[in-house]
Amino acid sequence: MAEIILKSLAHSYSENPSSPQDYAIREMSHTWHQGGAYALLGPSGCGKSTLLNIISGLLNPSEGDVIFDQRIVNDLPPEERNIAQVFQFPVVYDTMTVFDNLAFPLRNIGTPESKVKPRVREIADILDLTAQLTRKAKNLTADEKQKVSMGRGLVRDDVSAILFDEPLTVIDPQLKWKLRRKLKEIHEQFNITMIYVTHDQLEASTFADKIAVMYAGQVVQFGTPTELFEAPAHTFVGYFIGSPGMNFIPVSATSEALMYGDLSIPVGQRLVDAARRCGTDNLKLGIRPEFIEVAVAPGDGDLEVSVKDVQDLGTYRIMSCYLGEELFKVRLNEDQPLPHGLAYLRFPERWLGLYADEYRVEIEHG
Amino acid sequence: MVNKVYNNRAWLLVLPMLALVAFSAIIPLMTVVNYSVQDVFDANTRFFTGIEWFERTLNDAGLQAALLRQFAFSFTVLAIQVPLGIGIALLMPKRGWQASAVLILITLPLLIPWNVVGSIWQIFTRGDIGLMGVGLRELGYGYNITRNPVDAWATIVLMDVWHWTPLIALLCYSGLRSIPEAYYQAARIDRASKWAVFRYIQLPKLTNVLVIGVLLRFMHSFMIYAEPFVLTGGGPGSSTTFLSQSLATMAIGQQDLGPSAAFSLIYFLIILLVCWVFYTAIMNMQKDKAERGGV
Repeated sequence: MAEIILKSLAHSYSENPSSPQDYAIREMSHTWHQGGAYALLGPSGCGKSTLLNIISGLLNPSEGDVIFDQRIVNDLPPEERNIAQVFQFPVVYDTMTVFDNLAFPLRNIGTPESKVKPRVREIADILDLTAQLTRKAKNLTADEKQKVSMGRGLVRDDVSAILFDEPLTVIDPQLKWKLRRKLKEIHEQFNITMIYVTHDQLEASTFADKIAVMYAGQVVQFGTPTELFEAPAHTFVGYFIGSPGMNFIPVSATSEALMYGDLSIPVGQRLVDAARRCGTDNLKLGIRPEFIEVAVAPGDGDLEVSVKDVQDLGTYRIMSCYLGEELFKVRLNEDQPLPHGLAYLRFPERWLGLYADEYRVEIEHG
Repeated sequence: MVNKVYNNRAWLLVLPMLALVAFSAIIPLMTVVNYSVQDVFDANTRFFTGIEWFERTLNDAGLQAALLRQFAFSFTVLAIQVPLGIGIALLMPKRGWQASAVLILITLPLLIPWNVVGSIWQIFTRGDIGLMGVGLRELGYGYNITRNPVDAWATIVLMDVWHWTPLIALLCYSGLRSIPEAYYQAARIDRASKWAVFRYIQLPKLTNVLVIGVLLRFMHSFMIYAEPFVLTGGGPGSSTTFLSQSLATMAIGQQDLGPSAAFSLIYFLIILLVCWVFYTAIMNMQKDKAERGGV
């Protein structure tokens, strides 16, 4: 059982980091609560595996502290942190049977054989591995191997957190959802903190209660899947979550309006005021393709766009269109009329996000 | 449907290959077979002897002793070189300039020609000027490889270990490098001891390179010739006379073409047999694992 706190944590692989670019993990503070199911989501190379290895103790952070239940564990090796880790490629001990694999961590701490047996059977039962217990681990399929390596984590009853490093990468697609559901089940059953690293937003949102989105060594947003979707805290979250990602246009603020080039974007005064208070030139307006309203005939305050193409994706369509130079993606439902040549967009105020220096500006909606 | 064209002239394409193999292997081997069943006096005088040479070779007490000596030698050097090679590979630095430096140092003995190795050790062990010979005598041990068979044996084994352990070490080193880091990390998390890491991660992953290493080393050591020939000349007495030296004495020294041809064939078959048994045993072990796993 553990609450994991990262306190002013930063990590650099170079000896003398001078610029923020030298850091694989930029300074962050973060709390993972006991029993939570978390996902660390981000593109390759954003530092999520580095962060995971710092938590598990395989890497020592160059700055800051890792705290497990009020205890600083920076100098504790992984074997003393009571965590388990499941790797991208299944790690099993080839020459051992599944039973011996599962019993391995118990035997290593000198558990009497009379206790090993029932515990291994129990875990095998939960993971649906009972039928494979006498088989050599070498001949298992990839998903069975991943279950074995997860089982080695679960079998110790002192394990407080399980860390997953893209565990479904090598699993066949049709087995992925099965294994993911198994993970969910285990999480509910064991009340263990689980941190799941992935670059797949679908995996993250089906597994986790809360997702930490990482970008360039920083957690740019930590929230529920809904929060990430409806109110991305950073332009990167907007791009990365959702398919297609959020639309962004660069804007500038005058006293009454937000301007995209010479074009005035119809938004409320509250938004304009907020934009003016930011004091930066790097202002962006963002809206998700799902929330844009489309009309085939011009209405009051609508933005005229030229339609490039419409992609039919079965239950919905994605319309690509140009507002000036900017490419917009708009989601159309099946029953919506298809615009030709020109379309007219309306941005509902509630779904508009204002971004100053890539970060979302919070605006009170009245 | 694909229409298959049957044209046996395609066999002609195999001919160049056949010719090559014939000249490189079949014809020389058949010459030996030819000699082994005849008693050759000169270019025009020869008698067919059947299996007489084979019988004589197999019953020759000197050759039997040499064969036993040969097996003893091969197993001794393997028993030392394999564990030692694994040990060295485990201790070698994993990266950086140290890794390259150690690799080069380790590889050096492998680059030295056989009879140069023999000469080096011949000088090294001399009682009057050799570092090892003089050193051991200074320490009070009456070291003499020309008189004492135990000294001669120990020196030849030591020389072979020095010359060939690097091969096992290099093979194991490459095998160890191919183990993904995640295995070690998982083992740490599972609180595996150093021994358990070796036993359950490193050794299983080394099986394949070790099979190659042991086969190579067995063949090499079973055919050893130049090094002991230069170092001890097979002595004292015949205590370090191995099979290939007996063969050379017989074929070149005494010009006994018939018996030495029969001997060569037996020698060849023994190596083939041992390698086959070893290889089949290892492969069966691995297949067994798979089959038992499949239940």
